[in-house]
Amino acid sequence: MPYFLRYYRDLGIDHFLFVDNDSEDGSREYLAAQPDVSVWTTRASYKRARFGVDWLNWLQMRYGHGHWSLVVDSDEFFVYPFCDTRPLRALTDWLDASSIKSFSAMLLDMYPKGPFGEHAYREGTDPFETAQWFDSGNYTMSKNRKFGNLWIQGGPRARTFFTDAPERAPALNKIPLVKWHRDYAYVSSTHMLLPRGLNLVYDEWGGEKASGCLLHAKFLDTFAHKAAEEMARKQHYANSHEYRAYQEGLAASPDFWCKWSEKYINWRQLEILGLMSKGNWA
Amino acid sequence: MSVGFVMLCHTALGRAAQVARYWADHGCPVVIHVDKRVSKSALRRMTRDLEGVPDIRFSPRHACEWGSWGLVAATQAAAAMMLHEFPGVRHVYLASGSCLPLRPVEELLAYLDERPKTDFIESVTTEDVGWTIGGLNIERFTLRFPFSWRKQRRLFDGYVRLQRRVRYRRRIPPALVPHLGSQWWCLTRQTLSAILEDPERPVYDRYFRKVWIPDESYFQTLVRQVSVNVESRSLTLSKFDFQGKPHIFYDDHLQLLRRSDCFVARKIWPHADKLYRIFLSDDLARQPAAEPNPGKIDRLFAKAVERRTKGRAGLYMQSRFPNLDWENGMTAAPYSVFEGFSDLFENFDIWLGKVTGSRVHGHLFAPDRVEFAGGETVYNGALSDSPALRDYNLRGFMGNLMWNTRGERQCFQFGPRDNQKIGPFLARDPNAQVSVISGAWAVPLFHSNCNFGDIRKEAARLQKIEADHLAQLRSLHVKARVRIWTLAEFIENPMEPLQTIIDEISPRSSRRLTEAPRMSDLVGFGQFLQNLRNQGMQPVLMGDFPAGDDPRPSTTRRGRPYLVK
Repeated sequence: MPYFLRYYRDLGIDHFLFVDNDSEDGSREYLAAQPDVSVWTTRASYKRARFGVDWLNWLQMRYGHGHWSLVVDSDEFFVYPFCDTRPLRALTDWLDASSIKSFSAMLLDMYPKGPFGEHAYREGTDPFETAQWFDSGNYTMSKNRKFGNLWIQGGPRARTFFTDAPERAPALNKIPLVKWHRDYAYVSSTHMLLPRGLNLVYDEWGGEKASGCLLHAKFLDTFAHKAAEEMARKQHYANSHEYRAYQEGLAASPDFWCKWSEKYINWRQLEILGLMSKGNWA
Repeated sequence: MSVGFVMLCHTALGRAAQVARYWADHGCPVVIHVDKRVSKSALRRMTRDLEGVPDIRFSPRHACEWGSWGLVAATQAAAAMMLHEFPGVRHVYLASGSCLPLRPVEELLAYLDERPKTDFIESVTTEDVGWTIGGLNIERFTLRFPFSWRKQRRLFDGYVRLQRRVRYRRRIPPALVPHLGSQWWCLTRQTLSAILEDPERPVYDRYFRKVWIPDESYFQTLVRQVSVNVESRSLTLSKFDFQGKPHIFYDDHLQLLRRSDCFVARKIWPHADKLYRIFLSDDLARQPAAEPNPGKIDRLFAKAVERRTKGRAGLYMQSRFPNLDWENGMTAAPYSVFEGFSDLFENFDIWLGKVTGSRVHGHLFAPDRVEFAGGETVYNGALSDSPALRDYNLRGFMGNLMWNTRGERQCFQFGPRDNQKIGPFLARDPNAQVSVISGAWAVPLFHSNCNFGDIRKEAARLQKIEADHLAQLRSLHVKARVRIWTLAEFIENPMEPLQTIIDEISPRSSRRLTEAPRMSDLVGFGQFLQNLRNQGMQPVLMGDFPAGDDPRPSTTRRGRPYLVK
């Protein structure tokens, strides 16, 4: 949590809105003590709230209207073109000037070398010091006819846990940054939105639109614990298929790392690899 | 003699005030025009900011909607005020509130002093302009535009279409030759006053009021009437992207801007603190008097536009997912597909890798696993060898493989035993070099130790599959480089086709093939085909193999055939 806040404060986020779903690790108290954080606490079912989307949409409708809002999980770290030299405000100003209302950032699973449990994560440190590897070129995508968004799958989870059932591999497409309007709504997590036009974050005529990545710090030593906990809560999507697969896979103490894993350097590397793009922002 | 700045401001007034103060402090009078749509309080803040700075004036305010006459009216009023109030001014420089001087004022003064009679204004005839948005060049001058391009696009477009259909034309005042150009100029007192005091001005103003985006054509056209020395370029560095909106400069452009040697740049991001701090400081190092040279910046922005419009060939990603036939390169690089070769030759992949120096895979689309070169289970980009993952999105797999390995030629084997769904993709891809020895799939059957009944069934199945595949490769829409030989044709003279293929893969190696791959033993193959025929299965794709007349037994028996030049 402290690292999360520091990371996003450095990007220039003005205010944080948190939904705390019955946490027990003291996060709520920590967050409530921060000057730029508002916390909502719920004991209600994550599943019944359509995996949190209902909470999200309500908060956005109430507080997001007319603002650029970035919706991320606490283990997702937003990377965009020039993020090392330009604050987030530069991006949103440019998007405003270009009449662009939504900005995509694919989820990029980061993992350590060796089994997850080998390196202990210490609160407040940069998780990508250990989880600094990622898959650079095994993502496949198809178009969702109904909502017009791209459905992206792949990465280390697909190639390790879902080799026999690729259609069940988790979706990696995300549109976390939106100039919010009270009439908008997230449909399923931040994967897709309504109205459908907001999902058109990709160019269909050969060009590249600007896009970013969400570095996913999920696969740390805390992951095994979390998978077990989530299985017990049974609150996840599609009968927690994902977590069931993880648990089965985890029994074999998995190592995502392979000799083709790419070591994270910066956003320019991601852009060269074709995972994100500057579009016409220069 | 000095230069005076006219500034048109509508946002980030704080920054505009900062720049105005800088110019005024360095002896250049400034006339500021603030858009009428700006709130009173913001304007008050600005005037308070600039209180007590001599040589700054505020001109009467006009509403400046993009592309409207207001911008020209505002410029006229401010320029007239400049000429009237500051008789010492010789050049008037039109700038915006988001402009930033990149070189000390003295350098600009010196530059203009050397060119006292020159008017710097981009002014190009409509025929020579390639950059206008909406595709409207001369029609800007001959049609009417009552609707806003930004807010009422449908009406705007519809009205233009209607006027074209009924062939409506406005009359251009006879003395004028329409010219277009960047709205940021620097004109001499003589020229500017001649334009503003022209007895015909009411006529021209009435005409230009209805021209579309008059700020890009009013002064640009009229300057041709009065000026003796037009230098058709802007002293302001300003770049536009493919939608016609200006590129923005940030702190990380500092070095680029420094080296451009331009006098003024636009547009600067208002929060680019470092740029404002450095370029408005007095200790800006004096550079040798250089001509403005925006070449590097041009290239940077040209590349950005190209990335947005054409993208990187063969890349499929979250923000680039081209429609069919809009891929601009279905795959990232040329590659070769070999069909039947590994059936006919022993260790064909090893041989091919050796003579071409490329990466040779086995059957990438085999049903049981992806046969990456060297038997790897994970390949470049962390591609998995799981057939289920591959088959889940065949085109994605192919696109990824070619993207991940760009820079290294890829070759792979393909045949009727493989997943056929990739066939149409290969046929349509101009990067694919497909070489087929049709009917070669029968050779492993010939060598197999199966019951003949099973062999016959399998042969019939494979033949049907390959026939369909060949039909795809012979269709009208094929873009791949396809070569097809029958087995009989090929073994008649294997070296020549091999040489052709190899030459195409590595055109620079002038070496002739000296070593052919080792062909499998085909003694009795003709009889084998005859047996199939006798059992009621008609093998047609192999070509003509007379029973009993075994193909080239001498060479295959002796082992490696060597080519004699």
